[in-house]
Amino acid sequence: MSHDSHYTINFGPQHPAAHGVLRLILEMKGETVIDIVPHIGLLHRATEKLAESKPYIQSIGYMDRLCYVSMMCNEHAYVMAIEKMLGLEVPIRAEYIRVMFSEITRILNHLIWLAAHGLDLGAMSIFLYCFREREDLLDMYEAVSGARMHATYFRPGGVKQDLPLSMPQYKKSSWKTDAQLAKLNAARSGSLLDFIEDFTTRFPSCVDQYETLLTDNRVWKQRTVGIGVIDADRAKALGFTGHMLRSTGVAWDLRKVQPYSVYDQLDFDVPLGKNGDCYDRYLQRIHEMRQSNRIIQQCISWLRENPGPVLADDVKVVPPTRVDMKDDMEALIHHFKLYSEGLILPKGEVYSSVEHPKGEFGIYMVSDGANKPYRMKVRAAGWPHLSAIKELCQGHMLADVVTILSSMDIVLGEIDR
Amino acid sequence: MDALKLCLQQHCPTCQIEEGEQLSIIIRKEDVLSIADLLKTHHDFKMDMLLDLCVVDYLHYGLSEWDIQNATEHGYGRAQAEPMGSSSTWNGPRFVVVCHLLSLVNKIRLRLKVYLDDSLVMPSLVNIWPSSNWYEREAYDLFGIRFENHPDLRRILTDYGFIGFPFRKDFPLVGHVEMRYDGLSEKCIYEPVSIENRVGVPKVIREDHRYINTEIES
Repeated sequence: MSHDSHYTINFGPQHPAAHGVLRLILEMKGETVIDIVPHIGLLHRATEKLAESKPYIQSIGYMDRLCYVSMMCNEHAYVMAIEKMLGLEVPIRAEYIRVMFSEITRILNHLIWLAAHGLDLGAMSIFLYCFREREDLLDMYEAVSGARMHATYFRPGGVKQDLPLSMPQYKKSSWKTDAQLAKLNAARSGSLLDFIEDFTTRFPSCVDQYETLLTDNRVWKQRTVGIGVIDADRAKALGFTGHMLRSTGVAWDLRKVQPYSVYDQLDFDVPLGKNGDCYDRYLQRIHEMRQSNRIIQQCISWLRENPGPVLADDVKVVPPTRVDMKDDMEALIHHFKLYSEGLILPKGEVYSSVEHPKGEFGIYMVSDGANKPYRMKVRAAGWPHLSAIKELCQGHMLADVVTILSSMDIVLGEIDR
Repeated sequence: MDALKLCLQQHCPTCQIEEGEQLSIIIRKEDVLSIADLLKTHHDFKMDMLLDLCVVDYLHYGLSEWDIQNATEHGYGRAQAEPMGSSSTWNGPRFVVVCHLLSLVNKIRLRLKVYLDDSLVMPSLVNIWPSSNWYEREAYDLFGIRFENHPDLRRILTDYGFIGFPFRKDFPLVGHVEMRYDGLSEKCIYEPVSIENRVGVPKVIREDHRYINTEIES
């Protein structure tokens, strides 16, 4: 083939549709993509090496910053790795709280995905609707951990603290009328669980709203149906997990096939695609949001009826309460040791994985018996997906590159690590 | 897990099997391609997916930054930036390539460990599991492992023109060079790092009663 008619385009790293700092070098013929060379690593922070230089508990915060739109799911895989190594039993209430927040995180992730995907394809309004609901979810994060994004809420042995019994309220100001204030605070008068329950009752109708905008929209379908098609065998060979795999019709969801935490106690469905194109992946995420909502509702009713501890009873892993430290010398020593030296894992290695909103997220950890991991490897869900971008985009138009890239739901914070 | 172990013993008698939370097999690099092919195609395994490939550098395995064994003789030493011990407790080769395999059909996971010799070369798995392409590039970039017959073995995560293999244990955490924009020459320049490595919490290995003989078992 003559290369005279080919030209190259530099896409990114500072491009709003590159979903972070991704640089693609596109070889084009007219408006058709011939070849793509991705350049990644512009956000490389050597998270794994940093984790190797720090006590275990200090790296939970790094997990939030890997895939910074599904923070608690990353933490889940990390704390599960530590618990597996220690053989630590997590209280059942903590497991339910973790699952509830993992599913809140899943909705959070899918909402920002839908918002950005819509924006990439030229649908502005969906962005605003998604961020409206996202606000409430971030309030839940804030209520439970104090941080709206980087929560560091999951700890080895459970979660940092039990769910608060009151929600922070909007204060009176000259910017809001009393009626507006009352409306804003209506769902915030009770506990966090009441607030989440209020959200879960109204969320399905919000998803209906998104669907009215997009699902049968002619432009939306023209942009997504039959774009970025992949078949099941190729998806497996390329190491795809999560939506990318399920869109081809393979029923593989770790929450179902290798259940962790309390997912085997909960009733939910896993939506499957058929054609392996961008439209199927969109539909799947929409359905998954509804399913996550169902899981959250089940967790709420369980959590209401079953009070109990949220941290394991193990002094070598879990810090003592402030009250115990006031009059118990041993508790004081444990506190000092835990925060100066950290917890020590036995020699060995472990791989723990969760069904992250983007696919399988795994932590491989090697310990030599010290207070820091000897080696930690993060199996980022988006990594194999992005590595196949060339294959998915070849022969498509330039505008479809954006659609395909966005339908993979990549986050460079996780891929570059 | 036992059934999987039996199959492994039957089909690849040369490999060494390690039990833990997950079954691992240790193979020599000469056997990589034949065993990988067997694991992928044989109906007892059907490892159709390579989930992850990474490298472990065992140079400092078992070394601590704070010697607690001799603490009573010398008093508590201060934390040191470089490991104090001289010989690691690791007996194997320095670099081990670890692959995590998954079978969607049989719903099993397997860890494949390849011990590398000093040449740091191993055959590429791209023809067996295409997903290993970028993982191998990453292993090359961060650890300097070369994969034979890899179609495109370039650096992937580090900066353009980066020198060294940053995830090796003898590569300092703060790196060797730092970059800044120089107003006088109106370009970005590299200089030796101006910061020193600071260890907040030293690495400690305790051999208490709590941790003796507590190798994890499933």
